[in-house]
Amino acid sequence: MTQSPVLEDEARLIDSQDPIHPPPPGTKTRRRVKVPLALTGPVLLLAIWWVAAQADLVSEKLLPGPVETLGALWTSLLSGDMMLDIGPTLLRTVYAFLIAAGIGIPIGIVLGSSPSLYRTMEVVIDFFRSTPVTAVFPLFLLIFGIGDAAKISVAAFAAGLIVLFNVAYGVMSARQTRIMASKVMGASRPRILKDVMFFESLTQTFVGLRTGVSIALVVIIVAEMFIGSDNGMGHRIIDAQQVYDLTDMYSSILVTGAIGYGFNRLFLGLDKRLIHWAGH
Amino acid sequence: MSTGITTATDPVKQVPWPRFVMRPHTHIHIRGLSKAFGEKVLFDDLDLDILKGKITCIFGPNGCGKSSLLNMIAGLVPIDQGSVLFDGKTFDETRTGYVFQNYREALFPWMRTAENIAYPLKIAGYSKADRRARVKELAEIFDIGFDLTGYPYELSGGQQQLASVMRALAPHPEVLFLDEPFSALDYEMTLVLRDKLQEVFQATGLTMVMVSHDLEEAVYLADEILLLTKPPTTVAERLVFDAPRPRNTETLTSERFVQTKARSLEVFQREVRR
Repeated sequence: MTQSPVLEDEARLIDSQDPIHPPPPGTKTRRRVKVPLALTGPVLLLAIWWVAAQADLVSEKLLPGPVETLGALWTSLLSGDMMLDIGPTLLRTVYAFLIAAGIGIPIGIVLGSSPSLYRTMEVVIDFFRSTPVTAVFPLFLLIFGIGDAAKISVAAFAAGLIVLFNVAYGVMSARQTRIMASKVMGASRPRILKDVMFFESLTQTFVGLRTGVSIALVVIIVAEMFIGSDNGMGHRIIDAQQVYDLTDMYSSILVTGAIGYGFNRLFLGLDKRLIHWAGH
Repeated sequence: MSTGITTATDPVKQVPWPRFVMRPHTHIHIRGLSKAFGEKVLFDDLDLDILKGKITCIFGPNGCGKSSLLNMIAGLVPIDQGSVLFDGKTFDETRTGYVFQNYREALFPWMRTAENIAYPLKIAGYSKADRRARVKELAEIFDIGFDLTGYPYELSGGQQQLASVMRALAPHPEVLFLDEPFSALDYEMTLVLRDKLQEVFQATGLTMVMVSHDLEEAVYLADEILLLTKPPTTVAERLVFDAPRPRNTETLTSERFVQTKARSLEVFQREVRR
């Protein structure tokens, strides 16, 4: 594959992204080849898919070719039809994530800063963290009905536990010297939590947030499939399957994957930018 | 407990140390301090006076609890029994500063260096303008040649430790604690920081308590050297080193210095073998 001008621009963007740790001279060229390398996998997959479809290796009733699928994807994106499902899914995931973070971070900090309190709650947290979230769907339906509230709260519940656990873990592994330093300067406990423990736990918090948003998306998609919904990507995928609209099903799966991947990249990027002191 | 016997031939002045008489210029009174870690008794009923406006260096064998002693005086490690008073006040009523050995883990990397230095002032409720003024003042005192607006990890080790010292001094402490402040630095930076510290000491006259693992450095800075025994730890000997300040490389070769260091080493080796 040859390097297109667009890819070159992307490579430059990656290089300039990190002003604090600029890559040493010489790595720049190596980094540039990395972008096409990263694209090789997807291109290869598409190629295999295309060959398989052309050679009739897979039944068209199970897997339409990439040209048809991507064509359908393009049409539904262009017509705005798919946006009617992407929008609600994104919105629900973001809501669930915000609730999860809003509850999980403060509780995680408090639990993590008190080892005895954490030990008291450890079994409970581990138990619910290990419980398949699908098992509590009916409970949430009972409490919140079959509207958006049930979907969002069950996703927030699953993501919140992960955020909470990671934050608590991050706080517990905070460097003692920094806590001692703030104590000796006369910082009160709430101040130590806010000014020191919060930042000390941030790296682990981001692991939790990144995992949390992925879980929230998973739960939202599943909830849209099975808890009465008339929009959202989960609903769209299962609808397409029911009416045997394979190209729409595959393109919806691809879009859902892209959303998950996008969230992941977003949080990796935020992590890198916000926690500028990582490794120090 | 120190015997405090002064012999005529002893070249180094020793301070006799009666238990219940407080010396007039004592700043920190430690009485009946006991501390055990599990089964291991580290301190048993220790009495100690630390002089006001002087530099006291604590030196002793490995595992004798030098740092633990410092941390207990500095209120970082709880004591099992006894009392520590600063001119009759408790730790909470006393302004103190503390310089850690590991500056990398003592400074906050998410704050800029100037914010780090101003942080104790923020806790004490100084206004933003006052904080800025104090940081500027400290930068002038220490004749800072590096950028305080950057992050600590962008500085060299010595610069970071200098920033730690500035942070500790920012709220005008009555007592400055230093836990092996130079041991993570290279020799060149140690010399620079050591003399900066002496300058500040001369300018402010605050009480300094320093734990050291380097005898030369301990004697060079100290007005008084506390030599500790192995656990259960007591004071093996207190040595006074009263060479005039500012001390410099000439001090290091002076007879008094060499004698004091030799005497310290003698006591140290005696205690290690015991």
